[in-house]
Amino acid sequence: MHAVRERVAALLFGTAAVLCVVAVVLICLFLVINGAPALIHEGIIPFVSSTTWQPATDHYGILAMVVGSLYVTAGALIFGVPLGLLTAIYLSRFASPRIRRLFQPLVELLAGIPSVVYGFFGLVVIVPLIRQIFSVQGMGVLAASLVLGIMILPTIVTVSLAALDAVPPAYYEGARAIGASHERCVFTVIVPAALSGIVASVILSFGRAIGETMAVVMVVGNNVRLPTGILEGVRTMTANIVLEMGYAADLHRSALIATALVLFVFILAINLLFSLVRKRVRS
Amino acid sequence: MISAPAKLATRDLDLFYGDFQALQKVNLEIPSLSVTAFIGPSGCGKTTLLKTFNRMIDLVEGCRITGEVLLDGEDIYHSMDTNFLRKRVGMVFQKPNPFPMSIFDNIAYGPRTHGVRRHSELEEIVERSLRNTALFDEVKDRLRHNALSLSGGQQQRLCIARALAVEPEILLMDEPTSALDPASTARIEELVCTLSEHYSIVIVTHNMQQAARISAQTAFFLLGEVVEYGPTTQIFSDPHDSRTLDYVAGRFG
Amino acid sequence: MIRSTRARKGQRGPVQGMRKDHRSVADRILRVLPYAAAALTAALIGFIICYILVMGIPHISPDLFALKYNSTNVSLMPALINTVLMVIIALLLAVPIGLGAAIFLAEYARRGSRIVGAIRIAADTLAGMPSIVYGLFGLLFFVTMLGWRLSLLAGACTLAIMILPLIISTAEEALRAVSDAWREGSFGLGAGRLRTVGVILLPSALPGIIAGVILGIGRIVGESAALIYTAGTATDLPQGLFDSTRTLSVHMYVLASEGLHLDKTYATAVVLLVLVVGINTASLLIARRIQKGLTA
Repeated sequence: MHAVRERVAALLFGTAAVLCVVAVVLICLFLVINGAPALIHEGIIPFVSSTTWQPATDHYGILAMVVGSLYVTAGALIFGVPLGLLTAIYLSRFASPRIRRLFQPLVELLAGIPSVVYGFFGLVVIVPLIRQIFSVQGMGVLAASLVLGIMILPTIVTVSLAALDAVPPAYYEGARAIGASHERCVFTVIVPAALSGIVASVILSFGRAIGETMAVVMVVGNNVRLPTGILEGVRTMTANIVLEMGYAADLHRSALIATALVLFVFILAINLLFSLVRKRVRS
Repeated sequence: MISAPAKLATRDLDLFYGDFQALQKVNLEIPSLSVTAFIGPSGCGKTTLLKTFNRMIDLVEGCRITGEVLLDGEDIYHSMDTNFLRKRVGMVFQKPNPFPMSIFDNIAYGPRTHGVRRHSELEEIVERSLRNTALFDEVKDRLRHNALSLSGGQQQRLCIARALAVEPEILLMDEPTSALDPASTARIEELVCTLSEHYSIVIVTHNMQQAARISAQTAFFLLGEVVEYGPTTQIFSDPHDSRTLDYVAGRFG
Repeated sequence: MIRSTRARKGQRGPVQGMRKDHRSVADRILRVLPYAAAALTAALIGFIICYILVMGIPHISPDLFALKYNSTNVSLMPALINTVLMVIIALLLAVPIGLGAAIFLAEYARRGSRIVGAIRIAADTLAGMPSIVYGLFGLLFFVTMLGWRLSLLAGACTLAIMILPLIISTAEEALRAVSDAWREGSFGLGAGRLRTVGVILLPSALPGIIAGVILGIGRIVGESAALIYTAGTATDLPQGLFDSTRTLSVHMYVLASEGLHLDKTYATAVVLLVLVVGINTASLLIARRIQKGLTA
């Protein structure tokens, strides 16, 4: 009786755990099966290397969207990484414990704000600001990069902060002992020692930024073309899906799912990179 | 050497953690209703052997056992339910580990596990167990208080009471006083002596004086082997093996 | 200006005192940078929150909370109720499965076995997946293949998968943090794994598990991309599990992209912001208490 109950419980818990694997397999399967028709119709290489996206004539090339995603993500990292990293350095090595106790929840609060709120903020503050300064329409790579740059701040700060905090005190003491100043020690000894953790924070934020949808779609302009400047409107892969899925059918729908598939491949590559970095940290 | 019928016996017991052999050809006979002490330097396999007696060693991954452990002549690694085995062979740990619940619930945990549901019966068991460990008068007014509010020595006596509540035949004690102050240690030692009238007790200890004070027979371990096993008085006054002599004389360990 | 003791020590360093060369200029720059960055970060956070609050609070009016939505009152009440429903259903699905998986990983599985490796890779993959991909999967599987149409249930199922890795990782961590001494004590009394987990381990791990669940609630409340094509954007309260609904975040997105009711959009943003921040703060406080409990 007892043994039976134990066996049943173990089986139930195991099943719950295996459901995760099932979910991942199902997601992959559905994306591949439903994305395949468009990929076959266009060919995988043309699908990712053509800039012609014309559902009306059944021409599907997502290069403009891939480039758009990469531009916006790169822009987010350019804004977010220095700001976030320096903030983490401040919190780890310059701030008093009291300031740190006040500051950290503030950063975590930033992480909790829904992406629609960020998008709306971008729409009503950042876009008009860009419009005024540069006298352009406003929506585009720059606006989206700024919004995403703010959104990835919590990830950069918390992950880098943990890495900086984990540097053994002996490193700092050793450097101080040969007469280096506090600032010099921090930037030449502690930051390099925490580098793998900082790299991990950047990789993680890359994943966040490239996968973000709603905040981006509200400020990025959504024009399907290869951008020539940071003030121009572009469309990301995520925006492409969310904008057209509502009315797409047949091959068009398949092409959107194939877009998600390409996005998924990016994410998988990032995850792989992340676990490689993490492994190197451990060893 | 020891004539009383063996309560617990091992036959050619070998134990491996992966490639490391932690116990080598252990042959011991532990008599019933007396105190048996295991002494030896750390890492010599005392605790490991103790944990094979109630199969707590099963929880260690990558652990392999050959040979036999006989409880009343029955091999405990052969078709015996581990949970039932552990009811028969209770254990007290190095650090007091009361559960984060009330004193009453701590002691009732074992009986409830083994099917006692009636509250009056549980109350009876709790009181008896606490009286057996001389703890009842100290805690009778706060049985509903959290067990973690007790002092270290009280916590350890509570753990002993908890082990007794399932009415084991054997009590395994793994350095039960190593985390306690001298006064608490003395109370536990006194308790062990009283309990040996009703239970077979195996105690692992680092403290040779403790072994000499409370045990009837002592086994000396070195590097996973039983070097010498015999009446405590003989082990401490007239050991046959020079290594035992060196150890009890305090030359190493 | 804020100065830490450590930073002050740096300025008084003997080397600087003796040699006033270009290095002290470099030091000064290296010192200003983190301070400036932190100030900018704090200012950004402060500005975003204050801006939303200042613009939104004056427009919070009773008709914003009218039970029925129409295009003049732009009530967020139905969306708010839907959000609560969505949270409840998604948690009903995700918590038992996530907790079960966590118990399996922490208490049953042999560390380093192949199945554990596969589960970890799966959970990591799920954790990193963009929410729009969840939304697409929900659309293909629940909405289309199972024929649930755009519905409360399809949305909740999609969200349940989405928060699964979060529930698993926080619960597993909480279980692993429980002292092994209690496991030994329980097994030593002849209790089986199930009883040990149910009576000893789960109660001790409960605060950590709850903190994770609350974090999951925050994720659900803030989510929009995964819901637009699974639960849809219908403005009314659902009549059943298979009715389309919009949650507060989706409502906010629709309002913002329509751009017709800017004032109401600000007000809705305030409500959403307060809700999510409140939920996350609750989780944070619980987590803090656990940490204090561990060190005490």
